[in-house]
Amino acid sequence: MIELLQHIVDGLSLGAIYALIALGYTMVYGVLKLINFAHGDVFMLGAMMGYYASAKWSGEAQNPSFWGAALVGILSMAICGVVGFIIERVAYRPLRNAPRINSLITAIGVSFLLEYGGQNLFGPTPNPFGILPRREALNLGGLSLGYVDVIVFVVSIALMLILQRIVFHTRIGTAMRAVSWNAQVASLMGINTDFIISFTFVLGSVLAAAAGLLYASKYPSVHPLMGLMPGLKAFVAAVLGGIGNVPGAMLGGLLLGLAEQLVAGYWSSSWRDAVAFAMLIIILLVKPSGILGRSDAEKV
Amino acid sequence: MSEASAPLLKIENLDVHYGAIHALRGASFSIAQGEIVSLIGANGAGKTTTLRAVSGMLKPSAGKITYRGEDLAGKKPHQLVAKGLCHAPEGRGVFPNLTVLENLHLGAFLRRDTAAIHEDLEKGFGLFPRLRERAKQLAGTLSGGEQQMLAIARALMARPTLLLLDEPSLGLAPQITEAIFQIIEDINRAGMTILLVEQNAHLALGIAHHAHVLETGSVVQSGTGRELLKSPEIRRAYLGE
Repeated sequence: MIELLQHIVDGLSLGAIYALIALGYTMVYGVLKLINFAHGDVFMLGAMMGYYASAKWSGEAQNPSFWGAALVGILSMAICGVVGFIIERVAYRPLRNAPRINSLITAIGVSFLLEYGGQNLFGPTPNPFGILPRREALNLGGLSLGYVDVIVFVVSIALMLILQRIVFHTRIGTAMRAVSWNAQVASLMGINTDFIISFTFVLGSVLAAAAGLLYASKYPSVHPLMGLMPGLKAFVAAVLGGIGNVPGAMLGGLLLGLAEQLVAGYWSSSWRDAVAFAMLIIILLVKPSGILGRSDAEKV
Repeated sequence: MSEASAPLLKIENLDVHYGAIHALRGASFSIAQGEIVSLIGANGAGKTTTLRAVSGMLKPSAGKITYRGEDLAGKKPHQLVAKGLCHAPEGRGVFPNLTVLENLHLGAFLRRDTAAIHEDLEKGFGLFPRLRERAKQLAGTLSGGEQQMLAIARALMARPTLLLLDEPSLGLAPQITEAIFQIIEDINRAGMTILLVEQNAHLALGIAHHAHVLETGSVVQSGTGRELLKSPEIRRAYLGE
C-alpha cells in the first residue's frame, strides 16, 4: 500500500513537471496552430540558466537559501521569456502566412539550433545541479516526500493556478482565447494579434523554464540535450489532454507522469520511456482529439 | 457647407485580387457622416470584399481608402478599431468558445471607460433581452438568430463612428430580421454611420440614405435608397420582379 502511494506521489511530482511544459505546447498551438518543437529546448535553457546563475555566476549552489533559489528561478524564467519572444519574432513570424509545414520544419530547425548551439556554448558534458536541498522533507509512516517533490508540487500548482487565472479571468486571457478561435475576427475587436502571440510565447517559455529548474533539481544534473525526452513527453501529454486545451495539458501531464512511474515501479524501468509513446498511439487511435479536446478536432 | 460635408469614408478606384481572381475592379463611392449606405449585388459581386478592404483585413492591389481624411493604406484592423471603424463580419463571427458576456466585453476591448462600458452593456441587453438570459452561456450554444444579435450587440460595444455590417439578415427568420433592421435604423438615428452589405435588397434599400449596386467588382448604379427601389433594372435584377 505504502509502495503504491509512493509511486503515486512520485508520479504526480513528475507529471506536474510534464504538465508545465505541456502548457506551453498547447497554448502556442492554440493561438498559432503550430507545434513548437523548440519548446523542450527552452526547457533545457531554463535549467541551464539556473545552473549558470547558481553555480557559475554566484555561490548559490554551494550555499543554498530560499531567497537565493527564488532569485535564480526568476532570473532563469526571465531569460527564457525573452528567448521565447525572440524565437517567435525571428523564426515564426516571417512564416505566419506560409504553409503550416514550413513553420513546423522551422520549429525543428530552431530545436536543433538550441540543442547543438547549446552543446557548443555550454559543453556537452552533464553538470551537477542543485538549488534545492535533496533531503527528505516529510515521512508519513514510510511514505517519503523529498524537499524537491514538495517544491515541485507547490510551485507547479501555484503556476497552474496563476495561468488558469490569466487565461480565463483576464482581458489578455480572453483575447488569447479569441485569437485561438479566429485571429482575423479577433483583430476586428481591436486585438493586436501579434502582441497576443508574443505574449503566449513568453508565457509558455516562462513555464518551461520553471519546469526545467524543477526537473533539473529532481534529477540533479543539466546538459544541452536534456530537453529532448521531456519535451517529447510533454508534447504527448498535450495531445493526450487535447492539444489547444489548457486544462487538458495539465490533466495529460499528470496522467503521463503517473503512468510512467507505475510502469517503472511495477513492471520494468526500461519501459519508462515507451509508456508515453504507447499512450500517444492509443489516444490517437481511440480519441484523436484528446481527453478534453473538442470533437471537431483540427487538422495538424 | 462644403467642408462640413467632406465624406467620412471615401473609396477611390479600389482593386482587390485574391490570387488570380480579380474581386474588385475600380470600385468608388463615399459615405457622409450620419448616413446609412447600402451595398447590394449578387453573390461574388464584391460586397464583402469591399468591407474587408475597408477594415484592413485585405490589402488592396490599387486604389485609395480615406477615412476622416486619413489614407488607410497599410493600417491593420486593430488600429482601425481604435479609430472608430468597426467591422461586424459575416457568418456571425462570434467566438463560440467564449461566453456571451465575454464576447460582449471583447467588443469593448480597446475601451477603458468602465462605467460607460457597463452602460452600453445594459443598452445591449435592453435591445436584445435574450442575450441577458444567456450571458453566462458559451456563444456556441446560441441559436443562429441569437448569435446574430450577439454579433450586432458586440459591434455596438465598440461605440464605433463607422460600423461596417455584413449580412445582418443572414439565415434569420423574417421577424427577427425586421427587429434587427429596426435597431440598425435606431442606432443610425442616434448618430452612427453605417455601411451595410445585404442580400435582401428590399430591406437594404428601404433603410439606406444612399445605395450602390456592385456588379463583378464595380459600382454600376448609385442613388438614394428610394431612387434605387423605384429603378426598373433594380426591381428586375434584385427585387424579383
